[in-house]
Amino acid sequence: MNDLTYNIIFYLFAAITVLSAFFVVTNRNIVYSAFFLLFTFFGVAGIYVLLGADFVAIVQLIVYVGGILILLLFGVMLTNKITNVEIKSGTINIYPAVIGVGLLSGALLAALITSSWKTFPTEAPLPTTAALGTMLLQEYALIFELLGIILLIALIGAASIARREA
Amino acid sequence: MTENSIINISLAILFLPLLGFAVTLLLGKKVKSIYLFEVFLISLVLIGSIVLAFNKLSYFIDDKIVSELEWFRLSDSLVIKLGFLLDNITVLMLFVVALISALVHYFSIAYMKGDARYNRYFAYLGIFTFSMNGIVLTNNILMMYIFWELVGLSSYLLIGFWFEKKSAADAGKKAFLVNRIGDIGMFAGILILFLTYNTFSFDTIFQAIGAGKLPFNSDLWLPVTGILLFMGATGKSAQLPLHVWLPDAMEGPTPVSALIHAATMVAAGVYLTIRIFGLLTADAMMFIAVIGMLSAFIPATIALTQNDIKKVLAYSTVSQLGYMVMALGVGAYKFAFFHLVTHAFFKACLFLGSGSVIHAMHHEQDIRNMGGLKKKLPLTYTTFLISSLAISGIPLTSGFLSKDGILASTFAFGSLTGYWIFAVVGFLVALMTAFYMFRLIIITFHGEPRDHHKFEHAHESPFVMAMPLAVLATLSIFIFYTPNPFSADQGWFLTKWINTPELHAPNATRFDFMQSEVVLETEPVAEHESTHGEITYSEKYTEAMHSAHYPAMFLSLFVAVLGILTAFVFYQWKKVDVDKLANSIKPMYNFSLNKWYFDELYHKTFVAGLLGISKIIYWFDATIVDGIVNGSAEVTRRIAFFTGGFDKYVVDGLVNLMAYISGFIGLIFRRVQTGKVQTYIVLVIFSLIILLFLF
Amino acid sequence: MIEVGLNHFLVVSTLLFSMGIYAIVTRKNAIQVLMGVELILNAANINFIAFTRFGNFGLQGHLMALFVIVLAAAEAAIALAIVLNIYKTLSTVNIDEVDSLKD
Repeated sequence: MNDLTYNIIFYLFAAITVLSAFFVVTNRNIVYSAFFLLFTFFGVAGIYVLLGADFVAIVQLIVYVGGILILLLFGVMLTNKITNVEIKSGTINIYPAVIGVGLLSGALLAALITSSWKTFPTEAPLPTTAALGTMLLQEYALIFELLGIILLIALIGAASIARREA
Repeated sequence: MTENSIINISLAILFLPLLGFAVTLLLGKKVKSIYLFEVFLISLVLIGSIVLAFNKLSYFIDDKIVSELEWFRLSDSLVIKLGFLLDNITVLMLFVVALISALVHYFSIAYMKGDARYNRYFAYLGIFTFSMNGIVLTNNILMMYIFWELVGLSSYLLIGFWFEKKSAADAGKKAFLVNRIGDIGMFAGILILFLTYNTFSFDTIFQAIGAGKLPFNSDLWLPVTGILLFMGATGKSAQLPLHVWLPDAMEGPTPVSALIHAATMVAAGVYLTIRIFGLLTADAMMFIAVIGMLSAFIPATIALTQNDIKKVLAYSTVSQLGYMVMALGVGAYKFAFFHLVTHAFFKACLFLGSGSVIHAMHHEQDIRNMGGLKKKLPLTYTTFLISSLAISGIPLTSGFLSKDGILASTFAFGSLTGYWIFAVVGFLVALMTAFYMFRLIIITFHGEPRDHHKFEHAHESPFVMAMPLAVLATLSIFIFYTPNPFSADQGWFLTKWINTPELHAPNATRFDFMQSEVVLETEPVAEHESTHGEITYSEKYTEAMHSAHYPAMFLSLFVAVLGILTAFVFYQWKKVDVDKLANSIKPMYNFSLNKWYFDELYHKTFVAGLLGISKIIYWFDATIVDGIVNGSAEVTRRIAFFTGGFDKYVVDGLVNLMAYISGFIGLIFRRVQTGKVQTYIVLVIFSLIILLFLF
Repeated sequence: MIEVGLNHFLVVSTLLFSMGIYAIVTRKNAIQVLMGVELILNAANINFIAFTRFGNFGLQGHLMALFVIVLAAAEAAIALAIVLNIYKTLSTVNIDEVDSLKD
């Protein structure tokens, strides 16, 4: 893959990501913004692939698109009455938010562009799945187990919170 | 078989009973027959110990197998280790413990049948076997102390097994407390050794002593250390003056008495003394010999008049342990251990036999209600008789060999040092032993039944109870120890299996006859080698032993037969009216019957003294300490009254003012708190930006 | 055309982050707020992976990203449960109306 192709693909994905994210946060219809969120996640996954993180990209697709997004859609449906055709949400704090976020992102962008990062020459990316698997079950085995426990707790906790009678 | 596999076997022997304990205790309530698991494990232990003893005695007979592992490290010079030491004494002792423990397990299956805590009983037996094996296997005194206390614990649990009975619970407590007294001494001794040598290992300590390093650099402390360690043995082996717990311990189930209070645990004291034999000086040995002599004599006189079958055996046990301790005191190391082994077998047999009798008589223990049981319990009678012959010292039995050896060595000791008292007392005790054992047999088994109702219901015990009796009685025959029924000196037990240990106490502090040959005179090495394996320390001692052998043998035979005959005259043929005789020496009879008033004495002195001191301290506490406390409380109260006024008007005023000001400010800032999360986040972002631009 | 390097990825991630913040601050609907949170987490993940690619630390960044994804899943589940509960209690999911803590 030569540089030009790489660049084109990068700009493509970056554009998908940023634009759909923009729609996510500005669209007033929640269902639409959920769909744009889908494109954002796809774009991010593409960026991961460009960065040589094949496994993480796949996990991103499976968990975010397959799991979290569905969860969010369910949330939308469960919290709005079906008869209510206008599934819309209002906004508050627009002006202070725009100013604040603008300033913040400006500051961040300025900071990261002016700072000189120490980078290393990159090589062609290798498959990461096997290496990640080894690390997860050796050095990070404890964290791995802990994550399992956290997921279990989250499962039980979510069920018990959601079921609680109001 | 290699050393490694030997170590592995001994590890298994050590930990299998612990596994049995845990499993049986945990599953005891759920699974009714879990006790069979414990019995199975103990059989494995028995097999393991036989394999171990066989291999050790065939292939490693002259080796000391040591295996250590580091437990924890306080500093580089202070490393605490755990370890095993396997020499011939260890494997023999292990075999004795495993065998008797296994037999007692089998016996208990029938004896304890129907008990409410059947499984728990087996669990306790398991932990006892575990701790006893630990004592036997260890190579350092710290580990020995740990297992020592574990043994004390399991003994406590088993004595008080029927804790619904107040007497049993009390006996358990008494055993525990009396043992603690001895253990304090042992602990002090261990601390002295550790402070001096920075290690707990026997071998290292002995080597250091041999190299001339003494506790606190003084000759005085070595015997003191020996005596302090021996105090532990005094407690566990029920030697005078701490013997009072053992007879009371008979409140426990009878198989427990056989296992713990006859054969193994009480032998632990003797075993400890055997282990520390190398560091004993002449003074310490003299002390030990005197304690042993008293413990042999006094309980023997008490046993003459007791009427409870188990009490007689209990006092007899104390007396026999006294023999062993005395033998150690006079330097007859090998015979002490020999007697330990033989005594373990025949005394366990006697106790199990008495258990069989008690079982048959439906928990009747008073021999005055028995009689004529010979016809009803032929096998019990036979085994009981063989063991009694052994304990009385009749030829062809194992008891004769070991007892005769001890008596001969006291004889030799007398001729070497002039202290004939040990020999005299030794023979007296032999006489009394023969007498009271046959008194017991005649009253219990011979004559006419006294309680016909119980007699009619008596029945011979089932196989699991009879088999242990038969095995133990068989082991009381001489042939297992030596081919010559009259002298054990040439037998394999004393020449091959046990060697006199190297002595490490400084030469100057030993008995004359125990000095190292090399120091005494420059003998050729070859001749020195030739005495290797004999019972002796020096030529002088060898000669004395040889010349003492035959007189001692005949004399001991004579007193044994005399004792037995007297018993027959008194109780079988009734030539002498025993009651009348007892009346004519009423004070002495009562003195013996009441156990020399030891319990009463201790009660009057120690217990009452302690209570008195407690009362004085209580009075001090109530009047003086409480007075001071109340006085200061009053003063505090007064001060508090004044500060209270100050607090109320001045301090509270200030505080209220502050609160008012805060409330006012809060009223202003309240508007910012909208309660909306998103507003807060906006504020956070702006704060963040301000911070970013500041830095 | 400039070669695509670390900075490009960082700029993308910063933009995602800013939009996430914007969503959190401005949206009334709790679920959209959650979407903002997911955007922020994704931005963080891009950073992790980008630094892994251009730095020299082995694969720890990837692992971190995986952990973040797992935690995001847990967080989404719990948060939605809370939202459902709020909806049941107050019959609304608009956060600006949820201010009973104020009183």
